[in-house]
Amino acid sequence: MEDQELPYVLIDCIGGKHGVYEDHTEFLKTRFCLITMKEYLENKKFLGEKIRAIFMWYHKPVIDEELLQSLPNLKVVASSGVGIDHLDLNLLSSFGVKVSNTPFVVSTDTADLGVALMLASARRLVEGYQMAVSPDTEYFPADWLGVEVSGTALGIIGMGTIGYKVAQRARAFDMKILYHNRNQRNKEEESAVGAIYCKKIDDLLQQSDFVMLAVTLTPQTHKLIGKRELELMKPTATLINISRGLVVDQDALVEALQNKVIKAAALDVTYPEPLPRDHPLLKMKNVTITPHIGSATKETRRLMMENMTENIQAALTGLPIPNEVLL
Amino acid sequence: MFRGRAFGLLKSLHLMDGQPNLACKFIHPAITSHVHHCQKRNVNYRQSYKTGPSSAGGRTLNVPQTKVMAEQELPGVLILDIGGIHGVLPNIVALLQKHFRLITMKEFLENKKEMSKKIQSVFVFERRPTIDQELLESLPNLKVIANSGVGVDHLDLKMISNFGVKVTNTPHAVADTTADIGMALMLASARRLVEGCQIVISPDTKYFAVDWLGVEVTRATLGIIGMGNIGYKVAQRAKAFEMKILYHNRNQRKKEEEQAVGAHYCEKMEDLLQQSDFVMLALNLTPETCKLIGKRELGLMKPTATLINISRGAVIDQDALVEALQKKVIMAAALDVTDPEPLPRDHPLLKLNNIIITPHIGTATVQAIRMMAEEAIANMLAVLNGQPIPSEVFPK
Repeated sequence: MEDQELPYVLIDCIGGKHGVYEDHTEFLKTRFCLITMKEYLENKKFLGEKIRAIFMWYHKPVIDEELLQSLPNLKVVASSGVGIDHLDLNLLSSFGVKVSNTPFVVSTDTADLGVALMLASARRLVEGYQMAVSPDTEYFPADWLGVEVSGTALGIIGMGTIGYKVAQRARAFDMKILYHNRNQRNKEEESAVGAIYCKKIDDLLQQSDFVMLAVTLTPQTHKLIGKRELELMKPTATLINISRGLVVDQDALVEALQNKVIKAAALDVTYPEPLPRDHPLLKMKNVTITPHIGSATKETRRLMMENMTENIQAALTGLPIPNEVLL
Repeated sequence: MFRGRAFGLLKSLHLMDGQPNLACKFIHPAITSHVHHCQKRNVNYRQSYKTGPSSAGGRTLNVPQTKVMAEQELPGVLILDIGGIHGVLPNIVALLQKHFRLITMKEFLENKKEMSKKIQSVFVFERRPTIDQELLESLPNLKVIANSGVGVDHLDLKMISNFGVKVTNTPHAVADTTADIGMALMLASARRLVEGCQIVISPDTKYFAVDWLGVEVTRATLGIIGMGNIGYKVAQRAKAFEMKILYHNRNQRKKEEEQAVGAHYCEKMEDLLQQSDFVMLALNLTPETCKLIGKRELGLMKPTATLINISRGAVIDQDALVEALQKKVIMAAALDVTDPEPLPRDHPLLKLNNIIITPHIGTATVQAIRMMAEEAIANMLAVLNGQPIPSEVFPK
């Protein structure tokens, strides 16, 4: 197939710290004519007219009004991952540009990471590792203990695809599962994982040994967990965040951890990412932070790329977009 | 540190005075032995444990009540120490003191003549105190050595038996907690959790690279070597991650048990090794299982596979493991146990970046330590009261 027949798709770059993966390009190049930002900027006049889609890999390229104005034939922005809080949906809509995400392919990996964080935090895995390898370690003390996961209470805030998969996993650890969600799930779904609905978030917070955040970031969920919510939690409880950093009032979290209002936190997400190097969260022993790796496996990233490709192709051929994000 | 394993038939036990209704499990004979030199020793290992009626999934135990007695009349139990680096934890001491007069090694050694007669039991916590011939000879009224934990590879069962002393362990209390650590290690290794944490806090980190990736656990293949109590609970958990589960064991489990977790029996361990993305060791240390995983076995594993050990360090040929990890014969390892513990500070395993080691924390939770003590107490009281013993360990 000659290049001119393939749709022109804008990407940020290939390779490097933010770019589209080298080993994904073969797949992409049989379907699209990939234009990097660099190439576009060097030939704006010609390429501006040709570009019909943006393949947005990890929030890049950044899309602003200026860019949208210079891409008159842009039909769709395919965004990687499920979160779309980094996109101005109103702006895109005003230009008649559709948006897609990758909601389902990320769910099992993110649920896995949620459970990994819960176990690592409860059992003090990272601290334990440091002790095992430290040059100063002469013996393993008998009074060095963590807490149980099996048989304890897990409260899931946000019982969407990811939250539900967390529940499925937690059930196998004999955990009692509470959940809070905009809508209650149906009875079969609830009984399949033994989940009990808490209409009031307070009830969930007061009863849980582990509180897992698996909500979307929206204006309603911004700082959903603040000082009040942290104080409602048990002093022996752990907060786990696999949503977005902004769902938690981070300053309130720091204070709660310092004052032992809650016992520990395990975060895959913060605000910003990375945190400033002198941030108090980075110094606390009872905090486990991972670098936003919820979907960071080879297999899933590949699926995300294929999912995005599918969404772009549907949009460009006028077919229904499988994972369209609607306002 | 201690793990359980059992299969077998549920058998009800006659009711005893003041005791809750008990259900016992008897397991097939197995081999166990002193760990240090993996000496060939014929031992018959049978264990049974009870589930109290109030237990939630068997996680609580009812400790029989001892009649209120003056402190001097309580049976004497020898422990290493109260508190301190290797001593019994203070809250466990309190539990023990409800039923026993505790005598520390120090007290015993300072007043052997008087103390030796009083000691009817030894409570072994974190493998201490060491039980040797000399100690056994100086305790004429010793009836039972109650181990906190399930592994008894540190006890010379034959020697102890020759003194007419019983040995008990705590298979019930350890299973869930140890299965949890197995899952924690598998997930942490696959998703590079420890490395990720280091990136987050490193002063040099300016951004998170998007091409920094781990491997999937969901839908991967888990091969469990040793499908006892702990291995089975690992399988139950792994099933929820949609993992394909293979297992190798001395004996095949019943069909219902296999189906409940979707586990496929591999009569030949080689088949399991060749097909697994994660290989989890959850077996007992015996002469037969010493260095079970060596160069050959590691060579059979996939180059993308991870080895997880929640058994005993000596089940793996450690030098062969170092070589396999250095040469990328396998991708990674995650070990809660090594030989010795801790490893010498210059050991090559500590320098590799594709390994996670935890300091033998398989049962290191507040709740599990308490449950192990309760199970040990129940065993000690049963022996001293001449009642059926929930989890006795026999030499062959």
